[in-house]
Amino acid sequence: MIALLRNTWRGLTSMRTALVLLFLLAVAALPGALLPQRSLNTQKVDEYIASHGWWGELLGRLEFYNVYGSVWFSAIYLLLFISLVGCLLPRTLEYARALRGKPVLTPRNLSRLPHHHESTTTATPDEVMATATERLKGWRLAVREEENGARSVSAERGYLRETGNLVFHFAMLGLIVALAIGKMFQYEGQVIVAANGSEFCNIGTVGYDSFRPGLRVDGTDLNPFCVKVNGFDAHFLSTGQPDYYRADIEYQSGADLDNGTWRPYTLEVNSPLRTAGDRVYLLSHGYSPTFTVTFPDGQTRTQTIQWRPVDQLTYLSEGATKFDPPGVTDPVERRKRQLAITGLLAPTAVLHNNILTSGFPDLRDPAVAIDVLKGDLGNDSGRGQSIFEVNQEMVESGRLDRVARENLRPGDEITLDDGTKVRFDDVQRWVYLQVSHDPAQGWVLLFAVLVVFGLGMSLVIKRRRLWVRAVPGGDDRADGATVLLLGGLARTDQAGYGEEFGRVTEGLLADLPPREEEREGATASRES
Amino acid sequence: MDVNETLSSYSDWCYGIAVGAYVVAMLFYLYEQAFGYRERRAAKELVAVGAGDTLVAEPADDSDGFDDSDDPDSRSRTARAVRIGKLAVSLTTFGALLHFGSLVLRALATSRAPWGNMYEFGATLCLVAVGTWLVVLRKYPTVRHLGVWVLLPVIVLMFLGGVVLYTTAAPVQPALQSYWLVIHVFAIALGSGMVLVPGVVSVLYLLKVRKPEWATRLPAADVLDQVAYRTTVFAFPIYTAGVIFGAIWAEQSWGRFWGWDPKETVAFIAWVVYAAYLHSRATAGWRGGRAAVINVVGFAAMIFNLFFINLVTAGLHSYAGV
Ligand code: HEM
Repeated sequence: MIALLRNTWRGLTSMRTALVLLFLLAVAALPGALLPQRSLNTQKVDEYIASHGWWGELLGRLEFYNVYGSVWFSAIYLLLFISLVGCLLPRTLEYARALRGKPVLTPRNLSRLPHHHESTTTATPDEVMATATERLKGWRLAVREEENGARSVSAERGYLRETGNLVFHFAMLGLIVALAIGKMFQYEGQVIVAANGSEFCNIGTVGYDSFRPGLRVDGTDLNPFCVKVNGFDAHFLSTGQPDYYRADIEYQSGADLDNGTWRPYTLEVNSPLRTAGDRVYLLSHGYSPTFTVTFPDGQTRTQTIQWRPVDQLTYLSEGATKFDPPGVTDPVERRKRQLAITGLLAPTAVLHNNILTSGFPDLRDPAVAIDVLKGDLGNDSGRGQSIFEVNQEMVESGRLDRVARENLRPGDEITLDDGTKVRFDDVQRWVYLQVSHDPAQGWVLLFAVLVVFGLGMSLVIKRRRLWVRAVPGGDDRADGATVLLLGGLARTDQAGYGEEFGRVTEGLLADLPPREEEREGATASRES
Repeated sequence: MDVNETLSSYSDWCYGIAVGAYVVAMLFYLYEQAFGYRERRAAKELVAVGAGDTLVAEPADDSDGFDDSDDPDSRSRTARAVRIGKLAVSLTTFGALLHFGSLVLRALATSRAPWGNMYEFGATLCLVAVGTWLVVLRKYPTVRHLGVWVLLPVIVLMFLGGVVLYTTAAPVQPALQSYWLVIHVFAIALGSGMVLVPGVVSVLYLLKVRKPEWATRLPAADVLDQVAYRTTVFAFPIYTAGVIFGAIWAEQSWGRFWGWDPKETVAFIAWVVYAAYLHSRATAGWRGGRAAVINVVGFAAMIFNLFFINLVTAGLHSYAGV
């Protein structure tokens, strides 16, 4: 049992497993790029399921539309985390030991190494050692006595490679943890605000049109702040391509909330408002037509409701503005006389055969093409309905009838059979704001940068060793010269070490008195 | 913000001529590949015997030294092949200068960084790939004749860019009006342009190792492996930085630093694949063939991200304009 555990642990923490897990994570992420994802677009997911039958259903059950929150994706993520931890513990210990350790013994036969050199000098072994240690500044050195009066120095450098490697792995770990913390405490909400001085306050989820909380957020203690949208300005090139969007806002947070101070800010696409630990983004904009309905009894009601753009290039928009008849308390009676104005709004009207389209996204010459519907809007059914549409069931079942169809310019008015008047007053702008909160994102950035640094260090720096041995001539050599032997070995990748080895060798030889004519070509380097 | 049409049309001219120069250079490399070969092999055997070693990766001088052939006819043919090979390098350099000029002119015409849409991004990426190749040649002159295989994808990409994806010079959308456009896209173009070279070289490596009888004209496997590894080592941190810059920008522009948008997802996948490549070179049993396969997969992911994700799926990146 213990053996099994130990083997599992070993297997899990091996390099190969980390590699396989990393691969698995990449493969598991792929469906998320190819299939529609709920987190990005719920509507597309529903369409996809509808058009793929049982196969679409099955993918849904296997969480393929929520890849990054799925059990299997999280499992891989968790295993990778464990594998990293397991890999790091022994590595860190070994690193600590290596920090204090001495460079390894000089190999017996230096000429077997990928880089080596041999020559002779009149200098004594002691002098050679002195010159070599001087030359090899910056290397970690160990000078050793060998048999027969020979001496050698072992040099090693590039320890930072292992440091970089550890930094990289620890940063990966930190990154994973920071991401997880972010997932718990973040939230994100979107809201449409009319650009006419309307206010929005971050006090609870109800204020939002949509809200996505993290796992540990229930919406009860959001960071309080308020935003007031005073105006919105868009500029377009003559091609209709947007040039800039600018929302003129004021905000208050912290102490300002109590003393009522508002601070101005210009909200633009690439410059979110950062306040109270939250960020406020300008996501998009749109138009709201204002309609005034004069009921037969003379009472009027005016509403400005946002319509949504259906064409991103021309900003042709659609929507539904709904009215309850005033002063009608009997629900049955009310449900016969509710009104909805629905249809299209063009910021720059173009009419072909009385069909309205938009020629330009800016508000140049607005017009609406509307249907006025009368009857039961279906509000009382208890089911929530879209603010942009009328309930089609009501239309199909005949409980909501079309009573007029007309194209209107601002100021135009139509009169219905029962004497009700509908006037299109003008068009206002709205902005779509997003509020985001993620307390861990600074940490994520920090760890991401450390990942890159660690990686760079461990890739660029090479761990390499160099040995110099000096063997005294002794009696068997007639000239009594010292034999000088050098060897070099790069521990990870030999590529490029040859040059450095050659440089060090040349420098050392230049510092030593030569015994004979240089033995040309005795330096051999092999790259692999 | 107006666009200077004259400059923009000069830019298009430069682009076209650069592609032309690359095509001719490619033919020249092909000539060297075809005729500079027998002698090169003979020379290599000589050197190898002389050094009593298995392989010499970097002969002291470049291929001029290969004049040991006894047959004068063949010698002059080799000399010609070498001359043409060098000419190919000069032509490549010439093309790269014009290519660079084309980007500079577009930047001047639009008063912004010249990488606001896929055409411009592709052009930058290809320039980086060619530049990387020229640098690799300085370090490894013996791989020169492989220029065919590097220029071929570059030419295909540039042709597609110039014909299918071409976009007239224009200012960019509000979301792209940020200094991060300069930083993020440039880093990404640098990283992904550089990995074109190891991607191609790794394919050749696999050919050399798996089907040696087809690949007698390729340099030694070790050299190919080294070129691929060294270039990837350079490109990878740059690409990583590019992705991080993208995340910082996304936090500023889209409201979150990471949202598994298709382009982000594939960027992540490509990153993991390259990280795996670098790891695999330190893992016993994965060096060589398997590592090369991973490198090729990484490059495929890059190309997939460029074309499939831009053209087929609709993500946040697609508004950059095709
Ligand atoms: C986490 C965030 C991001 C990641 C991972 C990311 C990744 C990438 C990648 C991999 C490419 C190369 C595309 C290719 O091969 O085709 C790219 C290109 C580009 N990115 Fe990003 N990016 C991010 C955020 C952003 C943001 C916020 C913007 C702008 C608002 C942006 C604008 C661009 C542009 C304009 C290009 C070049 C044109 C193109 O290929 O469409 N990116 N990005």
